[in-house]
Amino acid sequence: MTINDVPIDDQFAEAFGMVACRVIVTAVSAKWARIAATEASGYGTSIIGCDAEAGIERELDPRETRDGRPGVSLLFFSLNLEALGQAVAKRVGQCVLTCATTACFNGLPKSPGQTFRVGGRLRWFGDGYQVSKVLDDRRFWRIPMMDGEFTCEDEFGTTRGIAGGNFLILGETQTTALAAAEAAAEAARQVRDVILPFPGGIVRSGSKVGSKYQPLKASTNHAYCPTLRGAIDDSALPENVNAVYEIVIDGLTREAVIEAMRAGIHAACRPGVVGITAGNYGGKLGPHKIYLREILGSR
Amino acid sequence: MLRLTRISTSQIPLEAPSIVPDRLTRLRVVEIERLPVQHGSRTEKLAEHFRVTGDAIDSHVLMDGDCSRVKWLGAGMTAGHLHIESSAGMHAGSRMASGTLEVAGSADDWLGVEMSGGLIHVHGAAGDHAGAAYEGSQRGMTGGVILVDGECGLGTGAVMRRGLSATAGCGDFAAASMIAGSLFVFGRLGRFAGAEMKRGTIAVFGSEPELLPTFRKACQFDPTFLRVFLRRLVELGFGPAHGIEVRDVQRFCGDLVSHGQGEILIQK
Repeated sequence: MTINDVPIDDQFAEAFGMVACRVIVTAVSAKWARIAATEASGYGTSIIGCDAEAGIERELDPRETRDGRPGVSLLFFSLNLEALGQAVAKRVGQCVLTCATTACFNGLPKSPGQTFRVGGRLRWFGDGYQVSKVLDDRRFWRIPMMDGEFTCEDEFGTTRGIAGGNFLILGETQTTALAAAEAAAEAARQVRDVILPFPGGIVRSGSKVGSKYQPLKASTNHAYCPTLRGAIDDSALPENVNAVYEIVIDGLTREAVIEAMRAGIHAACRPGVVGITAGNYGGKLGPHKIYLREILGSR
Repeated sequence: MLRLTRISTSQIPLEAPSIVPDRLTRLRVVEIERLPVQHGSRTEKLAEHFRVTGDAIDSHVLMDGDCSRVKWLGAGMTAGHLHIESSAGMHAGSRMASGTLEVAGSADDWLGVEMSGGLIHVHGAAGDHAGAAYEGSQRGMTGGVILVDGECGLGTGAVMRRGLSATAGCGDFAAASMIAGSLFVFGRLGRFAGAEMKRGTIAVFGSEPELLPTFRKACQFDPTFLRVFLRRLVELGFGPAHGIEVRDVQRFCGDLVSHGQGEILIQK
């Protein structure tokens, strides 16, 4: 199978389930909403080393937000409800509450037993001067700030999302591989309900499970490192590949992840790209197998 | 949908606490016609005052004809939709817990008193004590939403504990002794508003009320929660909230004779 003469490997991306939430950050302007969102989603690339995988889903028009101000939608993913709750409350507390003019709202429906508190934890910062307002079934906390007050929804809903949807772009040069990866990331970002948690949506550090060093859970995926091609027997790279970038996608649903992968792969298939493949761990990591040829053929 | 058409013209008030959608759902027309209503000192059958057609399987009840002297309509309702095409008498929607009560005309005193949930929308005016508490009760409304497109009378939202009440204006003693909750007033706010309120919010748009001296000015700011509430009011079809932009809102803290953790927000 080829797209624009770029061969698509008969491989599958191995994704796994995670608990996910959507956080809506608003502010007096898009600029300040973006600043808060960028801060809150920082250091959120991989659950291997971060408390959550995080990223900006999209910017929101004032007509789409609860308070009619510009906003940004963020998605967070973690291993379980408790870990997600702690990560999000800390991030909102340190990066959104502290940011000028912001407010923070839940962006997913709430189901009993599948929620965690954010405003309900941060309210203590109000030192007794915090005020609760209830509207319908939602409680908001108003915490006094030096520029007015910070409004934060008490409870946030969660859903069972999918993390680790991915594909690898094999390029003739670093320049062509990066250009293709940038195009792929841009296309994938257009899909709703997904984030690309790595810097710029692109990963240079493809990993494999385990390491020769015992304490490490993951290490560089040496088979895809072009600098090692002459030194190892199990290189997966053809001779003309000199750079590989990976696009990693987390989504609220399997369908959204597939749609983003599909859009990204189509955008990545351009001159200078030698092939597209996917990262998997032989089925050891997660239950979701997303076959590249299957999702591209089903369009 | 069940339709109840007022056929009697008596000026003596009628008490009809049985006209509640969730209680009528499982009754046949003949059973509904036999329901008791209190007409002055006499207990009579509902059919003597209303023509009954249709059924309430969908929990939807429509009332037409003059109901301005029919008391307790929708009182205590827990589900369904009661639509009154004219005006409603006293105690409409009092102590309701859920469902929707819509009044095309006006409502008399004690509208939504001590309600705990649901939505009341009156397209005309309302009498005294809307969303307040009955004499001797500790708490007024504890949840739900009351929307009055026209003005309300005295004591609106007094002793409110939770919930949202919005009106185009209200008389004296609005939100007096308020414990918590929100009263939004889109016009005239009478004297003694928030007297002895402990917590809660009175938000006033488009007028500059005379406040008690026990309210102290805090600042001018842009409260985000107000935007959230206004947007919800617009979603609920509350006309006076349309086109209101939150900006330069003045905050007054009070009532300082009672906790002082309440607030009156004024946007001129």
